[in-house]
Amino acid sequence: MDDFLAARLQMAFSLGFHIVFACIGMVMPFFMSVAHFYWLRTKEAVYKDVTKAWSRGVAIFFATGAVSGTVLSFELGLLWPKFMEHAGPIFGMPFSLEGTAFFIEAIALGFYLYGWDKLNKWFHWVTGVIVGISGLLSGILVVAANSWMNSPSGFDFLDGNYINIDPIKAMFNDAWFSQALHMSIAAFVSTGFAVAGIHALMILRGSNIAFHRKAFKIAAVFAAVAACLQPLSGDISAKDVAVRQPAKLAAMEAHFHTERNAPLVIGGIPDTLNKKVDFAIKLPGLLSFMATGDFNKEVTGLDRIPKENQPPIAVTHYAFQIMVGMGMAMVAIAILYFLVLFKKKSWLETRWLLKLFVAATPLGFIALEAGWTVTEVGRQPWIIHGVLRTADAVTPMPGIAYSFYLFTVVYLSLAVIVSILLYRQIKYLRS
Amino acid sequence: MIYVVIVFLWTSILLYILLGGADFGAGIIELFTSKVNRPKTRKTMYNAIGPIWEANHMWLIIAIVILFVGFPKIYTTISIYLHIPLVCMLLGIIARGTAFVFRNYDAVKDDMQKVYTPIFIYSSLITPFFLGIIAASSVSGRIDLQSADFLSAYVYSWFNWFSISVGVFTVSICGFLATIFIIGQTEPGGDRQHFIRKAKRTIFVVMFSGALVFWAAYVDHVPLLYWIFGGLPGIIAIFSAIISLVIMFYMLNKDKPILLRLLAGFQVTMILFAATYIHFPAIVLLSNGENLSLLTHQGQARTISSLAYALLIGSIFILPALFYLIYIFQQKPNFKNNPD
Ligand code: HDD
Ligand code: HEM
Ligand code: HEM
Repeated sequence: MDDFLAARLQMAFSLGFHIVFACIGMVMPFFMSVAHFYWLRTKEAVYKDVTKAWSRGVAIFFATGAVSGTVLSFELGLLWPKFMEHAGPIFGMPFSLEGTAFFIEAIALGFYLYGWDKLNKWFHWVTGVIVGISGLLSGILVVAANSWMNSPSGFDFLDGNYINIDPIKAMFNDAWFSQALHMSIAAFVSTGFAVAGIHALMILRGSNIAFHRKAFKIAAVFAAVAACLQPLSGDISAKDVAVRQPAKLAAMEAHFHTERNAPLVIGGIPDTLNKKVDFAIKLPGLLSFMATGDFNKEVTGLDRIPKENQPPIAVTHYAFQIMVGMGMAMVAIAILYFLVLFKKKSWLETRWLLKLFVAATPLGFIALEAGWTVTEVGRQPWIIHGVLRTADAVTPMPGIAYSFYLFTVVYLSLAVIVSILLYRQIKYLRS
Repeated sequence: MIYVVIVFLWTSILLYILLGGADFGAGIIELFTSKVNRPKTRKTMYNAIGPIWEANHMWLIIAIVILFVGFPKIYTTISIYLHIPLVCMLLGIIARGTAFVFRNYDAVKDDMQKVYTPIFIYSSLITPFFLGIIAASSVSGRIDLQSADFLSAYVYSWFNWFSISVGVFTVSICGFLATIFIIGQTEPGGDRQHFIRKAKRTIFVVMFSGALVFWAAYVDHVPLLYWIFGGLPGIIAIFSAIISLVIMFYMLNKDKPILLRLLAGFQVTMILFAATYIHFPAIVLLSNGENLSLLTHQGQARTISSLAYALLIGSIFILPALFYLIYIFQQKPNFKNNPD
């Protein structure tokens, strides 16, 4: 395998792996805190059991998230030294603040996991909430670093030199808000559906029903609220991408020709040779509306983008379709769930509703990975949009392919072990 | 402002060696404990490091972030030329962190433990070993920015006696820190005697591997003697480390665990000080005699000042919380209180 491709794939795998644990680490503390709150308030032992079961899970995920994150902070240099040499001092601000957020998170988690019966019970509860808040903050900060790669600012680029660096301006770049918002909601969507799905499965299996019902409800409510917010925030993102990265938007939509009243392309197979999309559903004007808020405005197509600056079209397009498809499916489930909660309480007992949630277990995480593929592959061939090409940033060391194989094996085995552990936690709960 | 950043960098490295080191040492000690005593050692160690191991490892991340934000050229040079030992260390970090949590949190305690435990133990050994190699290689003057062939650019940069001996030394320091630390976690009379004997042995191992470093430096033409004894501060640091080691030896049997920890911490601080003092601000020494320096290769002024503020503000939040965490869980070792 070519070293450059290997480096990109290794980066993608590492990030794709880390993000799963990072999301769980950001969101589970909130679920835990809610269950914990009910336990402190109602003194129903089942809430305490839920809290403790979840916190055991969080410890496993947190550790995996922490080590994979540590690897990432080295990998940036190991794989992309020429990028880090210039980008480090500019987009470093969020990373240095993130250090604080992680630290607080790790300390608060220490208090939380080991503090049962040792600390004042409300102080103990608060440490759990702090774990969640600082986790979310660190997620937002690291996304601010990523959004800088999409929308570089806070420096002047003159003759290959990066001058007049302003780290604060770099942090609050144009893409910062839309990406951080969308990502934070995505974390709730994906973790929420995954957790709700697992507990729904346990209810269907008929084990320890009281316990799993409580757990299911907490996760499902979070998931449903977040799922409904997600398309709204996705719309903000799309408008934002249309302005700062027209090439990415064009690739997402396989939008080959610049036109007014541009149609939204759903599904289909992009044919890059003949510059058309086969077998797609086209909704006239909707792309113009999505990108600009006006059905008649012009949307830049790939024809306006020089060939060497175009991202891979098929991957970006499919990934976008997958994300939006999953997102819409989850909105539908969410609306149904609200209907059931408020109008048809009796349906809560039905098996089909639970089965639906079981089926939806992976949807959020699939959408999440797809969304990142859109953002990252859609930025290609740039590592810093419009400034530095990915191919110019890669490490000179040969043999990255071997490191890619090695890390792939490590990540796959970790994924397997974590799944086994999770399975055993659940089995243990049943007995 | 640059000095604020440098102090934070040095302190993070020191704290990682002290706290992270004691943590790695826990695994190393387990390796050198007879099968009979292992469960007891493991339990004692677990109670001591469980709540704080996450936080301990943050120091490494802080150091890395400071490097890539403030001193990008240094970070990228190390990343390129020490790629291989860095990857080995990372694999160690992954294996160790996950094995530690898996073995303590697996709901069912069965044969899987036989898988986790060796992974935990050996990765505890490997990680500081490569950490030592990386640290030594950055100053051993073997990094050659001009070299064209793979071996001299990416392998001989770190594969030499000096680097390897520092790796061994780092491992022994970790073991030493862990045994001293654990003495305070045991009850006088009972296990304590066992760990005091261990501590004596690790002190000898540290001295022996320290001597090995000097030998390897001599073989590899690294002017280590000059670095350490070339200036008064270095000499003072080394002598006070030796004196405190002697004091420590006499105090081992007295019931003063906190004092022992302070002495051990003091010694390691002095060793790091002596090793870094003389070539400051150079941090990477290259084969052509040039070096990468913290002062000449720093980022632009705005970057450094915002980094310094971020670190200062961060420490206002972190330090009190961290001390409180350590304080709470150090009061009484509670042997029944596993986390569930
Ligand atoms: C649960 C996950 C999830 C769901 C249901 C959606 N997204 Fe998303 N999307 C993400 C998870 C995600 C993400 C993984 O979090 C990304 C990658 C980078 C980012 O900031 O968010 C993302 C990126 C992303 C981008 C690119 C942003 C950029 O490059 O700056 C756009 C335009 C959208 N999304 C739009 C949508 C729309 C219109 C959705 C309608 C349902 C949608 N997303 C659902
Ligand atoms: C955790 C969520 C993320 C995921 C799943 C993700 C995914 C990916 C993928 C798929 C690629 C490969 C793109 C290609 O080469 O075609 C990539 C590249 C990269 N990403 Fe991300 N990314 C994430 C977040 C981030 C963040 C927060 C940063 C940095 C601060 C970052 C920095 C990079 C870099 C430096 C590359 C390599 C250069 C490039 O291909 O452009 N990523 N990522
Ligand atoms: C969008 C992408 C990312 C998000 C949302 C994210 C979020 C998080 C979160 C919430 C944690 C806490 C661990 C847990 O609770 O499981 C974490 C850990 C970590 N992440 Fe990421 N991360 C992302 C990408 C990255 C990147 C690109 C880097 C490296 C440059 C990185 C570095 C780290 C480090 C060093 C840790 C360990 C901190 C600890 O010990 O607690 N992350 N990440």
